[in-house]
Amino acid sequence: MHKLYSFLVLFSFWMLLSGKFDAFHLTLGVFSSLLVAFLSADLLFHDRGKSDSRRWRELRRFIAYLPWLGKEIVLSTVHVTYLALHPRMRELIEPQVMRFKTRITSEIGQVVFANSITLTPGTITIQEEGGEFIVHALNRKFADGLPGEMEERLLRVFGDEEQANG
Amino acid sequence: MIDIIVMVLFGIGLFSFFSTTVGILRFPDFYSRMHAAGKGDVFSSVAMLLGLVVYHFHHPSLDGVLVAVKILMISLFIFLASPTATHAIISAGFNSGVVPWSRQKQEEGQQ
Repeated sequence: MHKLYSFLVLFSFWMLLSGKFDAFHLTLGVFSSLLVAFLSADLLFHDRGKSDSRRWRELRRFIAYLPWLGKEIVLSTVHVTYLALHPRMRELIEPQVMRFKTRITSEIGQVVFANSITLTPGTITIQEEGGEFIVHALNRKFADGLPGEMEERLLRVFGDEEQANG
Repeated sequence: MIDIIVMVLFGIGLFSFFSTTVGILRFPDFYSRMHAAGKGDVFSSVAMLLGLVVYHFHHPSLDGVLVAVKILMISLFIFLASPTATHAIISAGFNSGVVPWSRQKQEEGQQ
């Protein structure tokens, strides 16, 4: 099943990039997508143990998570702009390095969490190792806000069903 | 109308690129400079790319739509790549022992 999915993804990417819809180019696309899907589908769907319904649920919830992330990115740009142009910026910031452990267990969930921390206002991920995050925050308010709301939202996306409901 | 939207998006992008650069120059240490570099970049490049997408609505055609989708793919890539590059740089700095700036240390240094 995962080979079929990789084929569909690769083939739609082929059509998008080539922009030509005649028989010759489409046949070339079908063959090369089949070959790549056959050889390296494991790279695209590398966690084979997951069920299809679980994959779809994660995808749906991840897309639902994106608007919130977009809002946070805009807020963080406004915040950096405000600090950068503030005449007495050094009195406003109080940088600190903090550590915490996350409850997100899946690897892709931790990657998304690390990137989301970097994109939200005032915090930036330095390192992540086995669920333990080292984060640099611009002041105490942002440091206290972690893991907080974002972890809850990501647990709903990538967590197990019982964890998300509990 | 399209032109106005394009200009507004480009204006937003340029302004946040400008403030990002000012931030990189003005923040006190390596880590807080990475805050400016890592965040302003994503929003401003996505705003400018969205401006380019809207610009293609001038002559709606299949080719225009394809180009627009490709530009959206670029912004998706920036979305993924920029935080990752930020991690790589800041983690290299952390591993080589760069000490974060703090106000107390600076005041002690001045006395």
